[in-house]
Amino acid sequence: MKPPPFKYHDPRTVAETVELLARNENAKILAGGQSLMPMLNMRYVQPDHVIDINRVEGLSYIREAGGRLEIGAMTRQREIEYADLVARRAPIVREAILNVGHRQTRNRGTLGGSLSHLDPAAELPLVSAALEATVHVQGPKGKRDIAMAEFPAGYMSPSIELDEMVIGVTLPVWPDGHGYGFVEFSRRHGDFAIVAAAVLLDVEAGGKIKRASVTVGGVGPSPVRCRDAEKALTGEKGAEAAFRAAAETCRTIDAMEDVYAPAWYRQHLATVMTRRAMVAAFGRAANAR
Amino acid sequence: MGMKFIGARVPRLEDPALLTGRGRYVDDLHFPGMLHAAMVRSPHPHARVTSIDARQALAVPGVHLVMTYADLPAPAQQARIPMLVPNPSIKHPLMPYALAKDEVCYAGDGVAILVADSRYLAEDAAALVDVAYEVLPSAGDCREALKPGAPPTHAGIASNLAAQFTLAYGDVDGAFARAAKVVAASLWHHRGGGHAMECRAVIANWDPLQKQMILWSATQSPFLIRRSLTELLGWDEDNLRVIATPDVGGGFGPKTIFHPEEVLVPLCAERLGKPVKWVEDRRENFVATTQERDQYWDIEMAVDAAGKILGVRGAMIHDTGAYMPWGIISPYISSMTTPGPYVVPTYRLETRVAMTNKVGTTPVRGAGRPQAVFAMERLLDKAADALGMERAEIRRRNFIQPAQMPYNVGIISRDGKPVIYDSGDYPGCQEKAEAISDYAGFRARQKEARARGRYLGIGIANYVEATGLGPFEGATVRIGPSGRIFLLTGASPQGQGHKTALAQICAEKFGVGLEDVTVQLADTGIIASGVGTFASRIAVNAGSSVHLAAQDVRKKVIKVASHLLEAAEEDIEIDGGKVFVRGVPGMTKTLGDIARSVAGMPGFALPGGMEPGLEATQYFSPAQAAYCNGTAVAEVEVDIETGRIDVLRYAMGHDSGNLINPMIVDGQVHGAVVHGIGNALYEWMVYDADANPVSTTFAEYLLPTAAEVPRIAVTHQETPSPLNPLGVKGAGEGGTIPAAACIVAAIEDALAPFGVKVEDTPITPVKLLQLIRKAQANAA
Amino acid sequence: MKDMRKVSVTVNGKSYAREVETRLLLSDFIRHELELTGTHVGCEHGVCGACTILLEGRTARSCLMLAVQVDGANITTVEGIAPSEKELHPLQQAFMDNHGLQCGYCTPGMLTTLIEFLQDNPDPTEHEVRVAISGNLCRCTGYQGIVDAALDAAKRLQGGKRA
Ligand code: FES
Ligand code: FES
Repeated sequence: MKPPPFKYHDPRTVAETVELLARNENAKILAGGQSLMPMLNMRYVQPDHVIDINRVEGLSYIREAGGRLEIGAMTRQREIEYADLVARRAPIVREAILNVGHRQTRNRGTLGGSLSHLDPAAELPLVSAALEATVHVQGPKGKRDIAMAEFPAGYMSPSIELDEMVIGVTLPVWPDGHGYGFVEFSRRHGDFAIVAAAVLLDVEAGGKIKRASVTVGGVGPSPVRCRDAEKALTGEKGAEAAFRAAAETCRTIDAMEDVYAPAWYRQHLATVMTRRAMVAAFGRAANAR
Repeated sequence: MGMKFIGARVPRLEDPALLTGRGRYVDDLHFPGMLHAAMVRSPHPHARVTSIDARQALAVPGVHLVMTYADLPAPAQQARIPMLVPNPSIKHPLMPYALAKDEVCYAGDGVAILVADSRYLAEDAAALVDVAYEVLPSAGDCREALKPGAPPTHAGIASNLAAQFTLAYGDVDGAFARAAKVVAASLWHHRGGGHAMECRAVIANWDPLQKQMILWSATQSPFLIRRSLTELLGWDEDNLRVIATPDVGGGFGPKTIFHPEEVLVPLCAERLGKPVKWVEDRRENFVATTQERDQYWDIEMAVDAAGKILGVRGAMIHDTGAYMPWGIISPYISSMTTPGPYVVPTYRLETRVAMTNKVGTTPVRGAGRPQAVFAMERLLDKAADALGMERAEIRRRNFIQPAQMPYNVGIISRDGKPVIYDSGDYPGCQEKAEAISDYAGFRARQKEARARGRYLGIGIANYVEATGLGPFEGATVRIGPSGRIFLLTGASPQGQGHKTALAQICAEKFGVGLEDVTVQLADTGIIASGVGTFASRIAVNAGSSVHLAAQDVRKKVIKVASHLLEAAEEDIEIDGGKVFVRGVPGMTKTLGDIARSVAGMPGFALPGGMEPGLEATQYFSPAQAAYCNGTAVAEVEVDIETGRIDVLRYAMGHDSGNLINPMIVDGQVHGAVVHGIGNALYEWMVYDADANPVSTTFAEYLLPTAAEVPRIAVTHQETPSPLNPLGVKGAGEGGTIPAAACIVAAIEDALAPFGVKVEDTPITPVKLLQLIRKAQANAA
Repeated sequence: MKDMRKVSVTVNGKSYAREVETRLLLSDFIRHELELTGTHVGCEHGVCGACTILLEGRTARSCLMLAVQVDGANITTVEGIAPSEKELHPLQQAFMDNHGLQCGYCTPGMLTTLIEFLQDNPDPTEHEVRVAISGNLCRCTGYQGIVDAALDAAKRLQGGKRA
């Protein structure tokens, strides 16, 4: 289990990286390496060029601008986990990240890497979808923005060109005191989820749900926004029955299956995980009490 | 008297090196000019090999050799790898050739071995070896494999039935005719593996000075490797030295087996005249290292109205995979283990061993016993339920009583001798387990949890295990002129702390510290004979040999000292590495003085007709197995919405006779229990219908991690074995054996309101949720 | 036409310079080029944690990095944990006293993982310790001795700080 031979590049700038991508066929970007390296070791991928972006300047940051959070593609998951700003402005991201792998993998793993790899059960694409993030990519023709809803082109394939790379993400921030819940079902701690759910609730004074975001991962080929559940929640007051009914709408999501988890099980878990995430989110909302 | 070591929780001699990165495992060894091997393996469960073209691979600079069947020396072309434990009931004693001749019988079967400058290069080139396969139909499920018309697992065999045997005693059908209740179950215990954290590894190096092939292997049995190699290749034992030392990173059964790489690597080294290293990678470990456990049981139990067992009968199918390197050991052990600690007046189990196109099965921690205990304990639970009796109570009513020891079970063992339990207090052990698990308090805990919508359950299971099996193990104890004690044995540890435990036995005899004993192990070059580490046999066999050899040396010391100090032997005392004459202060000699005095002087006779050297070798051969036993109690919680199962508490009453080092024994129990939790809930070696392995990474085949397992409470009952001088029994596997049985019982108990019955392991959330839904649908 | 690069790195306070193929895994570099074989390899696909090292004080799985990536970096391996040849680190001593190891194969990864964890969380609960080592597989110990060792080490390391 050793990587196949390849030509190694370690550019210092995004422009250089994009140029390398454009010039070389069958190239792979090496970010945190927590997904690419196992695939290389098992020779599931055999790139001719590996472009290591760990030395590229300016891709690691967490900042607030214009009421939004901006996070660089090479920001390590650990930095996001420990960032006060994230905990205050987008606490669901921190909640999700505690479920991402283990301390050792979060030290290396990056936000951009996780989004580009786009595992259907990965936590970071899921919260990005829940928050309606914007993904910033750069290619030879310059930069462009992709709404997270449009980012997945299919199973584990982002809608970016071969010569483009993810450079950062902008996350809209929910109002102070919003409720958030991230619940996942995995066989063991730190494993990829079988099904995970992210719920955000904006609850107005008096306890009525003004706005809801319900997203599940691990069921479809990429995170699925559950619009029916969101509609069902809006205007509700957080009764168990309302959550149950709203969550139940997730049972009809078109589900993947494999030998470990059949489609019906994923659909069923989608209803349970979303309901639990709703309960958690509502419980955290400042106005719920 | 010096320190009392036997029975003490002393820290291990092994630890300082291992904690500071100074351990030495096979892959840590470097030799000048060493080359690296990689295997070319079949991607198909069953196929004819029609041609092999290695030209492209050989053309890669840095590739030195590609060896296929055609390149093997004549003896290895003529003979298959020897089966270590033959048995007359085996119809198809199928073993592989060192490399596939013209047929591959499981995905992972070796087709060629390639040697290059580095492992990286070897893997590059191995992909260029062009093997043409004609894919043949394959047999996946062992039940299907036995049906008429099933695809033959090997070309030319008439059926996939590898062996068939029945163990029986008493009028079992008569007992069933008289029964107040009969309960039955169809059970499946699934394949799992050893999955030592260190994979297998072999280095072969020809030593031209000694004219000796030296083989380092991450093995449990250096002596069995030597024997297999000499048998297969006709090499001379003296020209072959096998070393499994200093460190092996876990074994758990599969490393006992002689695998083909252990013959291929020395052949490559011989051919190239250079040291060659092969280190199994994790994916190979999943496809090419032997596994165990797949068994299907159809079994029933007859009980009287008071819950007494009248008889047990049934049939079992064991999946042996494509080859059977250890013959029928696992299924035979299974069928011997069923009666366990209970009085079972009549018994019949018909066993059929089926071949499939999967990697061969051989004993894995527990070795056939978890399956049998699963069968027996599930039946007892069902009988208790049928009679409305408490589950611990039905066990109490059926225990063999301490006064009945030694107890003749009625079964004839593989070696033709009756199975006789040597000692044990089964009711006492269950009582202890009940006490530390607060078994009595559980129903209150359960009720309280259920009021809050949580589903808790408890399960209890017992087992008896034959440990310390023969034939023998040996040890040499020697005192050097420096006074240092040397202990040499063929026992080969993989983390069990043999060095420490054996040093404890030895040091106590001379009143010295553990640091005064140098222990050398696991090397065919240091002692004439040995067997290996399996069947929880080292404490009994090697431990007793050390005890006897040390005792002999002690006697010699006393004899020499009495001569040198001119005192009666009865007045000689040994302590702190010195010899004293009782009541005469100042009359003392060191062990070194004594050793030097019998080292002899050129031209002089030894004084007093004494033997030269302070040394003795003893081989201990137990008359029969020492039977250890235990009781496990598991408390679980089931999330009925997701099927998730959490083991909340786990307790074990454990009796492995006298304990040499309770700290080490506790550690063995903890590790074995977690292996059992893995088998019960997590470890699922997935094959597709055609026998292609699917779960070939640690991301797919799930080992339990620290976050999934509870704290394990262990209490010991020490019923000494009368069969060896230390009174010890084995301890390495007991934790695994009852785990699946008690965990599944606990799951059923938690889901009693739904009437869910669980019949196979591992029980995953998906399967459990399916069962819950089915039960709910039936109830509606 | 191997793709080669020079790598200079400090490991356990000692500087090394080697020229290596760019595809060489950091784990193999440490083990076979620097001959620091205390770091182990149990899966080479990032699940078992046996290969964990400290890179600039932070844990990383060395089987998931290339040797070229550590050019200029500071690494600590299991060989560099003890304060001296004669002395064990309190965590190592706690492993010895609590039977936190059997075959020793997972041990280097457990130690490096726990060193970082106890810095992040000097006074952990048992559950937190279990989660912290859940990226490290051990087949021998059932984890109990390791968990006990970690809790014991936390006490020893805090020592003076706590009343
Ligand atoms: S060897 Fe690196 S995680 Fe297993
Ligand atoms: S001590 Fe052997 S794997 Fe942990």
